[in-house]
Amino acid sequence: MKPFIHKTLLAMTLGAAMCGTAQAEQKTLHVYNWSDYIAEDTLANFEAATGIKVIYDVFDSNEVLEAKLLSGHSGYDIVVPSNSFLAKQIRAGIFMELDRGKLPNWSNLDPSLMKTLEQADPGNQHSFPYLWGTTGIGYNVDKIKAALGVDEITSWDVIFKPENIAKLKDCGVSLLDAPSEIFPATLNYLGEDPNPTSADAIAKAEKTLLEIRPYVRYFHSSKYITDLANGDICLAVGWSGDILQAKDRAIEADNGVNVAYSIPQEGAGTFFDMVAMPADAKNVDEAYAFLNYLLEPKVIAAVSDYVAYPNGNAAATQYVDEAIRNDPGIYPSKETSEKLYTFADLSPKVIRAMTRSWTRIKSGQ
Amino acid sequence: MKTLSLKPTLKLPNGRIWTLGVPYFWLLLFFALPFLIVLKISLSSMAIAIPPYESLFSFTDEVMEISLNLGNFLLLLDDSLYVSAYLNSLQVAFFSTLGCLLIGYPMAYAMARSTPRQQTILLLLIMLPSWTSFLIRVYAWMGLLSDTGLINNFLLWLGLIDSPLRMMNTNFAVYIGIIYGYLPFMVLPLYANLVKLDPSLLEAASDLGSRSLHTFWTVTLPLSKGGIIAGSMLVFIPTVGEFVIPELLGGPNSLMIGKILWQEFFNNRDWPVASALAIVMLVLLIIPIALFHRYQSRQMEAES
Repeated sequence: MKPFIHKTLLAMTLGAAMCGTAQAEQKTLHVYNWSDYIAEDTLANFEAATGIKVIYDVFDSNEVLEAKLLSGHSGYDIVVPSNSFLAKQIRAGIFMELDRGKLPNWSNLDPSLMKTLEQADPGNQHSFPYLWGTTGIGYNVDKIKAALGVDEITSWDVIFKPENIAKLKDCGVSLLDAPSEIFPATLNYLGEDPNPTSADAIAKAEKTLLEIRPYVRYFHSSKYITDLANGDICLAVGWSGDILQAKDRAIEADNGVNVAYSIPQEGAGTFFDMVAMPADAKNVDEAYAFLNYLLEPKVIAAVSDYVAYPNGNAAATQYVDEAIRNDPGIYPSKETSEKLYTFADLSPKVIRAMTRSWTRIKSGQ
Repeated sequence: MKTLSLKPTLKLPNGRIWTLGVPYFWLLLFFALPFLIVLKISLSSMAIAIPPYESLFSFTDEVMEISLNLGNFLLLLDDSLYVSAYLNSLQVAFFSTLGCLLIGYPMAYAMARSTPRQQTILLLLIMLPSWTSFLIRVYAWMGLLSDTGLINNFLLWLGLIDSPLRMMNTNFAVYIGIIYGYLPFMVLPLYANLVKLDPSLLEAASDLGSRSLHTFWTVTLPLSKGGIIAGSMLVFIPTVGEFVIPELLGGPNSLMIGKILWQEFFNNRDWPVASALAIVMLVLLIIPIALFHRYQSRQMEAES
């Protein structure tokens, strides 16, 4: 929420200022992307290359994005929903079909990845992957060693066994405020299908989550980056790149906090954030120019370098910084990859049961 | 109120109807109309479309069908969550209002008793913080209250505590945030009321041998009832639906109705249930307030 609100407000102010002074011929483009999810100079480079002014807003949850899209006339030309949300949005008729004739760089995309993604977007007609990542465990190495006596975390046991997490209560544990990610992680740990199809599965996961609930300090989807970097919390279930950003921030601040990321051995959820164009986008040509720009290997490699999330561009991997490319927390090894699972599109009934259960868990009632 | 109760003549002077019309038009446009739209959504059912709910009216063969879905309201009764969140919101709102009153009253009283020159400065000091964005001020509290924040660091430095006090993400932080944020709404109406208090009444009380504390309880406090009520309403009503402060400062167990609304709308993408919840909340707030208002105006009429 933190970067989300700040940046949104800033972007809105800038946007408003721009509207007042924009000349008729100034080409603009409205992009709505995740917070902390692009390289510092990507937009500036694009503007310099094309003369198109990018008005860039950010969000930190799929739900916020979806609510905007569902009300219609979001005003954005490009948005970046995750694959599990995309499927339903496509059925609601939110997105336009992409004209590949205008995207010559399309061939750079990883074909095997595109095949997996057909599950959400049949024929890959409306979207392509921007970045992807895993939902795993980030932790403060020294504090975990002090509390548990281990050098590294390799299993979800640290969260889901009450006797373990109890020892971390005082140094602080945070979970993503995203039932659509925490329930699958719990079910996967319990040896069930990570994507719940019934209320029974939800109830099962709820029981486990309620047992560990007393030891969780808060549920939030972006605050943990700063808190992990400052040492305010010692363990966070979060998104891979966010935790690696926390690690970098701690190094930059030189505050002695040592952050690490783990994809536990039981496996972890994989999300793909997909670039798509709302059907009512106004600046279509400018949007295609930007999409094609994002498909350029060197451009997206620079984004991966900066945010520590892998991209879906096969041709880009060679340009990605070696330290990032060889980090198993970012580009998982083949062995780890086999344990990863994807998030499916859930039925409204299951979603309702899940949200309700999530409220019970969060409020500890 | 008084002028209205003096039975107006059948024909209003020409200009007045327009002046009276403006607030009514305002109410119609910004209260009644949105209310009807929300009511409409609350009676429909969820769909995968833009917008994500079914239309209430459908035309087939020149027959207009209206389908009303009351299930959304029934769902609210079905689940104890909504009732407990609502009660919790009322509780938070009540104690925050009380807190604002306890802190705000002495402030307003002191302001009203100072010289006109000081009054201007004090008024400015009350309003000055609101020149900064509300959101930024809530963030400032996050910086103050967090484990590694200013307050904890200061107390640790003084040696008063060994480990940081847990203040962030607790109900305590929510109360601090709300009382801080809404205090001006309590102080200003109280001040406006107290400053009009006729000093000769207090002089009369003291001439008749009343001690100052006694005078306060029997003269000042009853006379400032209007200000207390106005201030309390201004704090209580928005606090019940408050979302931002509990979201940013509160922990997961600060369950308030604003958050539940958010969940229905965003997590469940169920606009109809969210609308039903909003309608119920509005009705539950409006009825006691309207009753109270009627009682108040009757009492005022009786007094005058």
